Amino acid sequence: MLHINLADQYRRGASLIHRLDPRIKIVGTLLFVTAATILPAGAWLAYGLLWIGALVTARATGLGAGFALKRSFVALPFALAAITLPFTVPGRPLAHLGGLTISAEGSLRFLSILLKSWLSVQVAILLAVTTQFHDLMWGMRELRLPRPLVNIISFMYRYLFVLADEALRLMRARAARSGEGTGRSGGSLLWRGRVAGGMVGNLALRAFERSERIYEAMAARGFQGEIKTLTPPALTDADRNALVGWVTYLALLALIGFLF
Amino acid sequence: MHHTIEVKDLHFAYPDGHPALRGATLSIAPGDKAALVGPNGAGKSTLMLHLNGILQAAGGEVRVCGLPVRKDTLGKIRAAVGLVFQDPDDQLFSPTVFDDVAFGPLHMGLPEAEVRQRVAEALAAVGMDDYAGRVSHHLSVGEKKRIAIATVLAMKPEILVLDEPSAGLDPRARRGLINLLRALPQTMLVSTHDIRMVAELFPRTAVMDGGRVVADGATPDILGDADLLRAHGLEP
Amino acid sequence: MLHTTLAYLHIPDGFLSSAVAGVGWLLAAAAIGLALRRTRGQLGDKQMPLMGVLAAFIFAAQAINFPVAGGASGHLLGGALAAIMMGPWAAVLIMTSVIGVQALVFQDGGLLAFGFNLVNMGVLTAFAGHLVYSVVRRLIGEGRNSLLIAGAAGAWLSVMLGAAATAVELALSGASPLQVALPAMAGVHALIGIGEALITVGALGFIYATRRDLLHVGETAPAQAEARWVAVGLGLTLAVAAFSPLASGDPDGLNRVAADLGFDGRALGPLYEVFSGYGLPFMGDPNLSKMAAVGIGTLIVFSLAFLAARWQRRRASA
Repeated sequence: MLHINLADQYRRGASLIHRLDPRIKIVGTLLFVTAATILPAGAWLAYGLLWIGALVTARATGLGAGFALKRSFVALPFALAAITLPFTVPGRPLAHLGGLTISAEGSLRFLSILLKSWLSVQVAILLAVTTQFHDLMWGMRELRLPRPLVNIISFMYRYLFVLADEALRLMRARAARSGEGTGRSGGSLLWRGRVAGGMVGNLALRAFERSERIYEAMAARGFQGEIKTLTPPALTDADRNALVGWVTYLALLALIGFLF
Repeated sequence: MHHTIEVKDLHFAYPDGHPALRGATLSIAPGDKAALVGPNGAGKSTLMLHLNGILQAAGGEVRVCGLPVRKDTLGKIRAAVGLVFQDPDDQLFSPTVFDDVAFGPLHMGLPEAEVRQRVAEALAAVGMDDYAGRVSHHLSVGEKKRIAIATVLAMKPEILVLDEPSAGLDPRARRGLINLLRALPQTMLVSTHDIRMVAELFPRTAVMDGGRVVADGATPDILGDADLLRAHGLEP
Repeated sequence: MLHTTLAYLHIPDGFLSSAVAGVGWLLAAAAIGLALRRTRGQLGDKQMPLMGVLAAFIFAAQAINFPVAGGASGHLLGGALAAIMMGPWAAVLIMTSVIGVQALVFQDGGLLAFGFNLVNMGVLTAFAGHLVYSVVRRLIGEGRNSLLIAGAAGAWLSVMLGAAATAVELALSGASPLQVALPAMAGVHALIGIGEALITVGALGFIYATRRDLLHVGETAPAQAEARWVAVGLGLTLAVAAFSPLASGDPDGLNRVAADLGFDGRALGPLYEVFSGYGLPFMGDPNLSKMAAVGIGTLIVFSLAFLAARWQRRRASA
């Protein structure tokens, strides 16, 4: 079974958000997530304002307000990690379940975590959906992420699909040999693990050999250790205004969250 | 003496011991359009990798445009010889098509305005003007092969060396490639199994087998010699 | 998504407090910076294409799974395997790429949480896996069986350490009490670790049989071994810091441990003041607040010691 959902997350569009400089979008997303994180537990008004911001941004992408909403339930399984909070945090008792007490404090914290997580993931989705991967990369580069790292990640992304194809072919070959016989089918756990491991090893070798040929191709076109790039486009007024507006909104929201 | 290739008695063995070239000799003169044919394992790709210094000769000599292939001449040689690999995925390693075609000129130290110009010209030469913003992994094999040629054309090489350019192409893409190769003015050395393309495009054919060039001459003579072809694993 | 619902190692945003997330980012940044420099020295011009394609390999390999029981499947995290193949620093870069893109493009793991996600899944796994592998290999000797046993041990322990660290970070952030998180994480990942071990061993066996020369391409040089020890020491100390209040249920035992580690919880009073201003939720719980003190204090002490050691070495080589 191939679990990879490698479909490009990007959705084409010409909306305001699509056209924003990737640097602005990356910084804006990080600021939103930071705001959500530092807000105290139970700051419902501020959380509500965060949600409005997320909805407005989602609408502005032209993909529909509900777009990010639908995809945001991705993080839901992890909520199980915090599910014991209502039962373990001491506080005013709300209800009793079995032999356990549900406290107000614990429930408040649990809900706060869920909301913060859910809101953060929505804006992160909007970033990925409105920005092409290579734009995210040069944006990161211009935001001072080390160049070699950006290049490594770009190579990874480029060859992900190539290697995923090779992985898919290996798995299809395995499936083609997975017919049922008359004896005990399926093989032992150990054997199945080793077969999967063998496929992984096979993939590793292809990766090594592929990287050798890529290096040769790079050298053939003049590569001598550093990948040169063209100057990126400059920030526009629209970019600057968007950032100022966004920062103001988040600052006000944080203020409200701490005061009320 | 410009754009020539001189290969004399070239020997090379891979690290695992396999002797790929056992005294290959080949000369390409300016304006030549030559095909290199032979069975798999004959050493065609290995020979080609010597022509821009990716592999170093273990014995014999390789000269490109009069220069011996050495560390200090690699820059000039790689600007003069444009090598197009068999698997375009090896050659399209940049985030976008534009980045890939711009890579060569950028690393030659050309100013930005000229880099952009060369990208536009190279893409136009292969008929892929609108593809600049595209991402490589979404392209078909035929499209990738043409972009790969563009990445090399952007460096304005004098000699084009292509390793099995029509392999894996469907008839339409193959036809497009043949038309493209016919239109390109550069001196050309192309390795291929596609005998019909050889007959159509290349006045000269060299046959390789067992690490040596065993025959070299006018295409009609070579392709007309059925015994020769069969002796070296080729179909007449 | 790229992991079964059993694996809880990609922490989303909202679960880690800003202080914990910040520390995670500092550690991650330090690890990445060092990793870039080390691998550049080892691999030269081939650094970028090789690391990139191997990262793609790990990413794709994480999707190759096999049925374990019921509907669950075992799959690979890859930190230990990458470290055994290429050395721990290269593994850090590889896992940075994988985990980074998972977070950024697929929202598998948060953005602020990325720091500790990388530390848990890409740094601790790499160094612990590599260390355990090296030690076991030295004990058993050369040969195929030694390789496989060492690889299995390294892989399993790497997953356990990553899971334990995740539990500690969640506890420090007040998202889950340690008494619940640690056993849950450790328990689940004891099983997942078996899958990791099996696939790692299978991969190593295949490479050993076909291209043995590719193993240990990026073996760390002896001079760099101390950095590896420091990183693992950090991870183990964090685990000890977390375990200590559980080991002896009464606060006296904890105070003794704190004293043994060189500082007393009360000395971190001012730190409490700073943190209480942010309203860290677990202030009411004496055990957790002491663990927080020990944990955060440890991180600070270790970061300082680490930086001091590096500065020292740079001076010595100048």
